[in-house]
Amino acid sequence: MMRLFRPLFRLSLWVVTFLLAMPVLTVLLSWLQWNGVSAQILWEMSQNVLPEYVRTSVLLCAGVSLGVISIGVVSAALVTLFDFPLRRTLEWALLLPLAMPAYVVAYAYTDFLQFGGPAQNTLREWMGLQGRVLPEVRSVWGAVCVFSLVLYPYVYLLVRAAMAERAHHLMEAARLLGAPLRRRILSVALPLARPAIAAGTALALMETLADFGVASYFGVQTFTAGIYKAWLVMDNRIAAAQLATGLLLAVTVLVSLEQRAQSRLRFATGRSDAQSTEARAHTLKGWHGLLAFGLCFVPVLLGFVLPVLLLCRALLESVQSMAVPWVRFVHWSLNSIVLGGVTALLAVGLALWLSSQARFNGTALTRGLLRTVGLGYAVPGAVIVVGLLLPLGWLQSVWPQSGAGYWLTATVLGLVWAYLVRFVAVALQSVGSGYARIPSTLDESARLLGVSGWRLVTTVHAPLLRKPVAVALLLVLVDVMKELPATLVLRPFNTDTLAVMAYQLARDERLGEAALPSLALVVAGLLPVILLSRTLGREK
Amino acid sequence: MRHWSWAIVWGLMSGVAMAQGGVLNLYSARHYPTDEALYSDFSKATGIKINRVDSDDAGILARLKSEGSASPADVILLVDAARLWKGEVDGLFMPVQSKILESAVPAQLRAKPADTGGTAWFGLSTRARVVVYDKLKVARQEVDTYEKLAEPQNKGRLCIRSGSHPYNLSLFGAMTEHLGPVKTELWLKGLVDNMARSPKGGDTDQIKAVASGECAVAVTNTYYLARLMRSSNPAEKAMAEQVGVVFPNQSSWGTHINVAGGAVARYSKNNDNALKFLEYLVSPEAQNHFANGNNEWPVVQGLKLDNPALKAMTGGSFKSELIPISAVGMNQIKVQQMMDRVGFK
Repeated sequence: MMRLFRPLFRLSLWVVTFLLAMPVLTVLLSWLQWNGVSAQILWEMSQNVLPEYVRTSVLLCAGVSLGVISIGVVSAALVTLFDFPLRRTLEWALLLPLAMPAYVVAYAYTDFLQFGGPAQNTLREWMGLQGRVLPEVRSVWGAVCVFSLVLYPYVYLLVRAAMAERAHHLMEAARLLGAPLRRRILSVALPLARPAIAAGTALALMETLADFGVASYFGVQTFTAGIYKAWLVMDNRIAAAQLATGLLLAVTVLVSLEQRAQSRLRFATGRSDAQSTEARAHTLKGWHGLLAFGLCFVPVLLGFVLPVLLLCRALLESVQSMAVPWVRFVHWSLNSIVLGGVTALLAVGLALWLSSQARFNGTALTRGLLRTVGLGYAVPGAVIVVGLLLPLGWLQSVWPQSGAGYWLTATVLGLVWAYLVRFVAVALQSVGSGYARIPSTLDESARLLGVSGWRLVTTVHAPLLRKPVAVALLLVLVDVMKELPATLVLRPFNTDTLAVMAYQLARDERLGEAALPSLALVVAGLLPVILLSRTLGREK
Repeated sequence: MRHWSWAIVWGLMSGVAMAQGGVLNLYSARHYPTDEALYSDFSKATGIKINRVDSDDAGILARLKSEGSASPADVILLVDAARLWKGEVDGLFMPVQSKILESAVPAQLRAKPADTGGTAWFGLSTRARVVVYDKLKVARQEVDTYEKLAEPQNKGRLCIRSGSHPYNLSLFGAMTEHLGPVKTELWLKGLVDNMARSPKGGDTDQIKAVASGECAVAVTNTYYLARLMRSSNPAEKAMAEQVGVVFPNQSSWGTHINVAGGAVARYSKNNDNALKFLEYLVSPEAQNHFANGNNEWPVVQGLKLDNPALKAMTGGSFKSELIPISAVGMNQIKVQQMMDRVGFK
């Protein structure tokens, strides 16, 4: 019976991968549709603006990597390896910026810190100065700060999960060999977390490259801006898709760098031994404890507390002029949560299935398929939309009775598909790094005991993957709730989400009204964050 | 598990429009919450339920193109003339014949008659693109034409939003018609040289920048300024009072205006309801709503305007340019490439 299933599995693997990879494939195949108009557009752009776009994007990525790694690693290390005042609260508080859409954070800070904003006005009054007193928020460096503050939780989460499973026997051995604590951390614990750091940074960079909202609001001319320009202004989807291949190239480089880092280390660890003295966290006292607290509190303050306070301030200021539509808010929230939940379950299920298939039949082809799916995250949402709409538009014109065009946009089918294309990659990253921590020897032992195939996955892998799966569910849920470009274009009637409303109101320069869906988004995003933190805490 | 199956079923069904009279499927680029009253008033008066999706112009056009003949859209509302033209040219609209619409909307604010005799789209409201300036630092005569914005006396003074935004693309497209491409490119270069900061934010941000002193001259759509003038937030009102406003080119070809309009979708399944809705949008109640709700100008002539902010801005009426909208639409790509060459971000 199993033998019948195997080719079926393999076929369905191909089908699923094809469906998920279709937008990327469409984009790559756009080079085949080379024509004079798109060629002229591309040539003109390469003469004038593309070099600058590339430079800006590279600078942005470098800055965000630095920011995200430093904040994520420092906070994860402090929280798992040490004990200091309020550590338990900070452990989950550090996840809070995950719930904030980058665009809203950008808007809140701009409103506050810009030339004519309250911060500079107050400073000018106090110091009796004229003109600009703070650096311009709306610049590449401002964007680096915003992205670092909003995206560091990716690194934090994955590094924390990795460090919580730190190889106790290795640390114990190092301790017995006389290595001081500092050396044990720097030479043993941190390197073990390197694949997690690489994975988290890759995710953060992919999200940075795919962003449009922050970059366009700040006037930062990234490569993605060029893609949107070709699509929306020049109205040439072919040129936009061809430019998008450049973006995909960058992401492929990122992904392969990360894969190489992972394979270089042997990160299979045994189960944590609570009896080991290393299992007890090192208590920090006095000003050490205070410093640790400060280092962990600052990201939470800047990435969550301050933006929320600024939003509340904006909301209160305009609450008199605005009739708050509570019923509609409930509707938007329900839409966001249901869409997010359904997509998260589907995405994690697919990721588990794809990863387990790759583990069992680890051919280069299967790995190649997985890598293609993993690229979906970096493709800008609007390019995924183009990648979906183009072939389906063709299908619609060639076979009108299929109603393909209708099913895509009049139901949530197209939207969930676009979400899956982007976010199965997120689930794959987490589940993949979780799988990487399970030694292959475990599989062999299980097979010797007669457990293989699907039973192997459910009885042996699943318990070990609980943490990565929880992480993946959370990341996908929150990401779907924050997602914007695909939702804007593909959502069916009466399916406004919180993210869409926050964006539309903020774009129309009504921050007071945008504050309410933004805050609702944050609150809704908080619940999975707290839930996740509880799950992770209980595992200890 | 049952909850999720329900959720999936609900999700899949939630979008399916019941195509039996009494429903209207609307794709709208008008993202103004004040329009809610428009839709609910129509539903109350006619009993027709409106299913709506808001998006930006380009997203709507892209979606229509790929949905093809299976598209559920009945009415499409867009906020930029060039995009209306593009939709017409791409065959996404169905030309309709309606005495009410043709008599209410002036000829230059609707599509040229199609070969079949109908009209593809109708303008529903207009907005002007004007210059605001710091009353203390800038003299009105220094900025009373678009051309003067590029002149040396305004160096380091100008704040303007990104050139790629449809409002600017249409303005620059119109300038190309008036000045020709060579002079327009030089004019764009002059604008870049005069900028106080590189383009950031939206139109309201530009007004705020003038009010706070970061720059002295800005370009904005009239309804953003009117919104500030009528705001119940004292800080915003003060901002509006600090700036002066001038409607450029009154003594030459007139101030640039852009058109927000609507059309019946090519594959609409609810033609009658669609036409009813468009005709409702040119009724005095709806037109007044555009004027008082979102501070735009109604297209219908002879309507008594009851908007103190708009009145204060114009002092009555103003000369607006008469440009064929197709020309503006056709210039869009050329204009974007000009901007790329001169470094207009």
